[in-house]
Amino acid sequence: MRWLLALTMVAASALAADERRSGAEFMSAATQTMQRDDAQNPGMLWVASGEAEWNKSCVKCHGDARSSMRGVAARFPALDAGSGKVVNLSQRITQGQGHKPLPAESEELLALEAYVAMQSRGMPVSPPQDAETRAAASRGQQLYNQRIGQLNLSCAQCHDHQWGKKLAGSTIPQAHASAYPIYRLEWQGMGSLQRRLRNCMSGVRAEIPPFGAKELTELEAWLAVRDQGMKMESPGVRP
Amino acid sequence: MARALIHMPANAKRGEIIEIRALIGHPMETGYRVGADGKVLARDIIRSFACRYNGEQVFGAELHQAISANPYIAFFTVATESGTLEFTWQGDSGFAHTEKMNLTVSAS
Repeated sequence: MRWLLALTMVAASALAADERRSGAEFMSAATQTMQRDDAQNPGMLWVASGEAEWNKSCVKCHGDARSSMRGVAARFPALDAGSGKVVNLSQRITQGQGHKPLPAESEELLALEAYVAMQSRGMPVSPPQDAETRAAASRGQQLYNQRIGQLNLSCAQCHDHQWGKKLAGSTIPQAHASAYPIYRLEWQGMGSLQRRLRNCMSGVRAEIPPFGAKELTELEAWLAVRDQGMKMESPGVRP
Repeated sequence: MARALIHMPANAKRGEIIEIRALIGHPMETGYRVGADGKVLARDIIRSFACRYNGEQVFGAELHQAISANPYIAFFTVATESGTLEFTWQGDSGFAHTEKMNLTVSAS
């Protein structure tokens, strides 16, 4: 029954499963190589910092991340039993007991997120199937299809219906989120999926929710459902 | 938090050409950008990079504003003898970072 529900949710997306293409496929060969080659991928600097932080603050309870965190990032956003809220990976990391609370989008948090996400590289995105996460995803789906901003555009209008075409010289990708957190060349640094979502909202001149806002996490939950089965690429590189 | 990652072989045959790839975390602030407060952000870049193989410099580079953040430098050298390669980056406001890597060279 569960897989049937999951299937209907994926089918509800305007993109058929076999049409899905990672954002990496729209990049130049040089940028693809930069992502593929760990010696060149600048995201590995954050992974290295995250590993050092993990071995200082997290290892006592969670053990070796290479086994304990394997596949974890592929299952977020997920329901946090303590607060009863659906949280993304970085929000979950900040709840850890071993370190002081980390501000959203801080270098330390991005480093830990990158290190944990790295342990799921190559694994399929597998969003949780509990009722709360699914409800958050379906609210996220509504947001994805809702026109916003002065430009009056929804996510779907570009990323489902116009992907592959050009927007100001850049190719519009299909908005798959399996490579986050990413090193974006334009940012000259690492950034989370929420930073990327806020970018798009600023682009259509909409009101931008703050980091950690419920809407952003719900959008993330929907993107995870939409990406179900796609391979995790973290840490990704994007132009 | 200076972070650097170096990729190179740990072992090589004498006379073999080896590739060394060095990546360092650095903002490479150009000195031309304006911050949110309207003031120009002070230049903060790495000025030079050098690799010394058992004390002898085998590669060096000067870096300038047009180079992106987190510069990646790849180069080749000939494995002559076992020893240590020392990598140093130096830059504005007293920035300095050193990494050391060992190389074991076997007779052909």
